[in-house]
Amino acid sequence: MKTIQETEQDIIDEFAVFDDWMDKYAYLIEIGSATEGMEEGQKTEENLIKGCQSQVWFHAEMRDGLLYFHADSDAIITKGIAGLLVRVFSGHKPEEILQADLKFIDEIGLTQHLSPTRANGLLSMVKQIRMYALAFNNLPTT
Amino acid sequence: MFDVEKIRKDFPILEETVYGKPLVYLDNGATSQRPRQVVEKMNEYYFRYNANVHRGVHYLSNRCTDANEEARETVRQFIGAASEREVIFTRGTTESINLVAYSFGEAFIGAGDEIVVTEMEHHANIVPWQMLCKRKGAVLKVIPFHDNGELATEQLDELLTERVKLVGVAYVSNVLGTVNPVRDIIRRAHAVGAKVLVDGAQAVQHLPIDVQELDCDFFVFSGHKLYGPTGVGVLYGKEALLEQMPPWQGGGEMIKTVRFEKTTYNELPFKFEAGTPDFIGVVGLGEAIRYVDSIGLENIAAYEHDLLHYAMERMREVPGMRFFGEAGDKSSVISFALGDIHHSDTGVLLDKLGIAVRTGQLCAEPTMQHYGVTGMVRASLGMYNTRNEIDALHDGLMKVTEMFGIR
Repeated sequence: MKTIQETEQDIIDEFAVFDDWMDKYAYLIEIGSATEGMEEGQKTEENLIKGCQSQVWFHAEMRDGLLYFHADSDAIITKGIAGLLVRVFSGHKPEEILQADLKFIDEIGLTQHLSPTRANGLLSMVKQIRMYALAFNNLPTT
Repeated sequence: MFDVEKIRKDFPILEETVYGKPLVYLDNGATSQRPRQVVEKMNEYYFRYNANVHRGVHYLSNRCTDANEEARETVRQFIGAASEREVIFTRGTTESINLVAYSFGEAFIGAGDEIVVTEMEHHANIVPWQMLCKRKGAVLKVIPFHDNGELATEQLDELLTERVKLVGVAYVSNVLGTVNPVRDIIRRAHAVGAKVLVDGAQAVQHLPIDVQELDCDFFVFSGHKLYGPTGVGVLYGKEALLEQMPPWQGGGEMIKTVRFEKTTYNELPFKFEAGTPDFIGVVGLGEAIRYVDSIGLENIAAYEHDLLHYAMERMREVPGMRFFGEAGDKSSVISFALGDIHHSDTGVLLDKLGIAVRTGQLCAEPTMQHYGVTGMVRASLGMYNTRNEIDALHDGLMKVTEMFGIR
């Protein structure tokens, strides 16, 4: 299993080959289409992060001390970015997630999608990932 | 002679590039750009004449007061109001409607009364009335529209009963572009004793307005969609009606005398302008109207009409194109979807090609629900847009469909 930093670096390297925005987005669309997403039954009101532009469904679970995330969106580009976030964070310990700095989003030039004004649900998703990590990190170990 | 290239030179922002591509600005329905003349006039006032209006004996204050009142006269002429007492400056369309909903509502709306709006209204012409209905125990009724974007006026007789006190209707829909038959609606509303508020936010920049000829009771619009500054808008109301309405906000300017026992209010229009107004914004709005007048709304309307038809023709070539709103009388607003591509995906990709469009629910959720969609893409044209830019939009849309494998 790769560390969060290693996965981030992988993604940065994958995007480094594109010097054109449209190629970058074509790749994101590819990722979005290939991302498994969530089953219809899991796309509940409870899991919904409502945005004015696009909607994100998000779900987290804890197994054997590791946090796993699932995400989906009605917009493919949003789903692609959500897929990248899942790829980076899923399957890690809460304390590892809390230490991550999410620099890959900035490095591949997608920061604008995580701005508070975007209303696409992605920023809320990142906040929720951190909140889950924080909540599970504070649980007493048995 | 309408010369789009000459007009474009007055808007420096149109020469900008974004992501290395020439900017194609097609989000005029959200806000238009301002010409050099407007910005320079405002700068001049900030740099040389700034002082509070209606309050001082000194030179600068008088100068700003005069400019503020000159702009009021410019607005009066622009919309054909009978008197400058009927022209109230607000922060924008939304505030104008809220003012009427509060003040007219206080004076004239009671339990069981009805307020009628259309299904295609912007939230700003829905929510203030809902709030009023809740306060007063009144009922909100809705005139639906047909799938082509035209109002179901055949239902008017049924909806317009003696209980209706006010009808709120957009002159031009911000989503569908429909130019609504407001004259007919006003006539029929008046026949049952109802007043009519016309939301002109998407109309004043596209077609000549004459409020006396329309015979509307209220007419509202914003400066920033009319090539003027943000933060300033207009409420027109018939004088006799405004006289009967109580002030909305209390404070300076709107008073005649203040005693702790009793305060008396200023005359129109100042009764409705509490606090220091955005007088430099008002001056900017006056300048924007002068600019529009110098080109002529008739000329602008003719040019935009031609451009709209060219745009729809070109866009129809794009695979999977679905238009929302194809009314016989349509203004420069084109909302659409491409196959099942999400509106946000289309918007993000067009953005990277330098093309600015609006996406999402367009502040009109009921209109989205009518078509069963979560959002739309909207290209809205202004007087400075060109056929070249429409071609760029066409090519951008072709690129988007290609990336999503739509043929």
